[in-house]
Amino acid sequence: MKEEQGKYKYGMVINLDKCTGCGTCMVACASENNVGVRVDESDKERSIAWMQLYQITNGKAFPHTEVCYFPRPCMHCHHHTPCVSVCPPTATEMDYHTGIVSQIYTRCIGCRYCQAACPYHARYFNWWDGYGLIKPFSKGLERGLSPEVSPRMRGVVEKCTFCHHRLMRAKSKAYAEDRSELEEGEYITACTEACPVQAITFGDLNNPKHRVSQLSKSPYAFRLLERLGTDPKVYYISTKDWVRRKADNFLPEEFRPVTKATG
Amino acid sequence: MDEALLPEGVKRCSPKAFFLWTLPWAGLLAWGLLAAFLVLLKGLNQTNMSNIFAFALWIVFDLAVIALGAGAFFTGFLTYIIGKKELRDIINAAVIIGFICYSGAIAMLAIDIGQPIRGWFIFWHANVHSMLTEVSFCITAYFCVLIIEYIPLILENRKLNEIRDFSVFGHNMHHIMALFAATGTFLSFFHQGSLGGVYGVLYARPFAYRWEFYIWPTTFFLFVFSAIASGPAFTILCTKLAEAITRKRLVPKNVYQLLGKICGWLLAGYMVLKIADTLAWIFDIAPRAGLSFMDFYKEGPYGVWLLVAEIIACGVVPAIILIVPKYRENEQLLILGCLLNCTGIVLNRFVFTVVTLAVPVMPFDRFWSYLPSWQEWGIALALLGYGFLVFSFSYRYLPVFPKEKELNPAT
Repeated sequence: MKEEQGKYKYGMVINLDKCTGCGTCMVACASENNVGVRVDESDKERSIAWMQLYQITNGKAFPHTEVCYFPRPCMHCHHHTPCVSVCPPTATEMDYHTGIVSQIYTRCIGCRYCQAACPYHARYFNWWDGYGLIKPFSKGLERGLSPEVSPRMRGVVEKCTFCHHRLMRAKSKAYAEDRSELEEGEYITACTEACPVQAITFGDLNNPKHRVSQLSKSPYAFRLLERLGTDPKVYYISTKDWVRRKADNFLPEEFRPVTKATG
Repeated sequence: MDEALLPEGVKRCSPKAFFLWTLPWAGLLAWGLLAAFLVLLKGLNQTNMSNIFAFALWIVFDLAVIALGAGAFFTGFLTYIIGKKELRDIINAAVIIGFICYSGAIAMLAIDIGQPIRGWFIFWHANVHSMLTEVSFCITAYFCVLIIEYIPLILENRKLNEIRDFSVFGHNMHHIMALFAATGTFLSFFHQGSLGGVYGVLYARPFAYRWEFYIWPTTFFLFVFSAIASGPAFTILCTKLAEAITRKRLVPKNVYQLLGKICGWLLAGYMVLKIADTLAWIFDIAPRAGLSFMDFYKEGPYGVWLLVAEIIACGVVPAIILIVPKYRENEQLLILGCLLNCTGIVLNRFVFTVVTLAVPVMPFDRFWSYLPSWQEWGIALALLGYGFLVFSFSYRYLPVFPKEKELNPAT
């Protein structure tokens, strides 16, 4: 299976008009990826959520108030990935074959420079050892761990990997079946699979046949903090102008509503 | 009791008084060591850092002491490379202060990383694109240079100097000190700069991001400039403090005046560049990210006053004090000028570290706050205790100030 440089570019489109803010994506992600838990998770500045859910409002008073939920995985920035270039021991890198930004936990020294570099707060530091994951104090929680994802130790940074192990699994299956290409939908992330309203679409942005690629070209599609030039691989769709406006910083008169943009 | 170890012809306090003097500083150091033990044992959850404030008090302290410790390399550069011979009267103090600052900063950095045992990965798996890699390499190398510069002074201790081999070794090292001064200057230029680069390259953080000249953001040059403008001022302050505590004249007045003047002009040059850089940031970087200047200061306690304090009160004002001979020759004003100069640089490092992280980038993100835990304060203040101890022991047992005897004739 010979891959060209940058042949695949896995990405995601999240339809914010569909998202109900139920949080299933967060739970599915944490469960799938062995995200550590603590007895008390109330300190949100230190809790880990590879998939984070923000609630935003249009700021208007009742009865004109509107609410939108904003799921935020890692953006897997494609251009000069902010966290990758700054990491001193090369513990994180972007795979140009897939576009996935990964983290090598056993290489990470925990300097947290990547966290400072990421404007999306998509990177999380392990302030504690994973609760209940280490024997003999494990209390049986280790039985719920996924064998495909390594649990993280204290003192390292972790982040969304687009469920990279699922890509490995799909590739192994394709190889066993003597196929060189993956079918659409053969590799999707846990959040994509779990979303009850199918607000999340995942696939290869480079493949025009993939739904994710088509959706990303919607006039209603936009990306979070697009102006910074990080070239995120996570797209959002919303028909509401106020939502789109909240996704980036605009000087007065700069924001162009979609209706005008599409004539 | 320890007379045999004291430098010849100078007066020192009694061992008992010296012991009592060291107690509070040893106390501070003990507090820090306890905190360090807890952090190493239990992890960084002992601090109040968070996923928002990934860098916090320790990084501010690190950056501040490394900038203030720049007096060592810059005074060395002026003494050995430029040939300002009169600075030999203060170079030892500058080297000791530099040694304290750098060894303290390295120790703090080792505690600040989540996996200290893996610290060497920076060298083994070095990412050459990371500014922090450059910082680590240069700081480590420069710390070796500082040790080399400190050793001859230690060997000048009266008892050690009686050993012929030490005496010859120390003497020979003095001859090649210009080489190490040059090496130190080269290394310091790059790590002071790359510490600025650490923030300037954060292109997804418009508060810190600056445009790049070749591969270096403007903060690279601004940090070098600010370090050499404030480092010697810190050396002056420490020496003045030593004079106040020992109630002696330790360094001739002309040395202070020369260093003060150099600091003043460097600070003035730095201020011109800093103001130009700030204007370019306001009118170019911020609008490109869709932000206006005031967007950075709309939440939390970090207002525009920080910028005014840094540039006017702790920049332009001390530059004027240190440049105008009439003001500089007034001892109180000289100290005030140096103090404001150093405060400004500490403020600058604080702004780039804490405010950069406090200002949310996503429009729907909220402002988070942070206050250090007692463990963080303990480790940060231990640096102060450690510094006082090293300097006090050096002053007591080593001929730190060559003119001390001459300036304080025995009565």
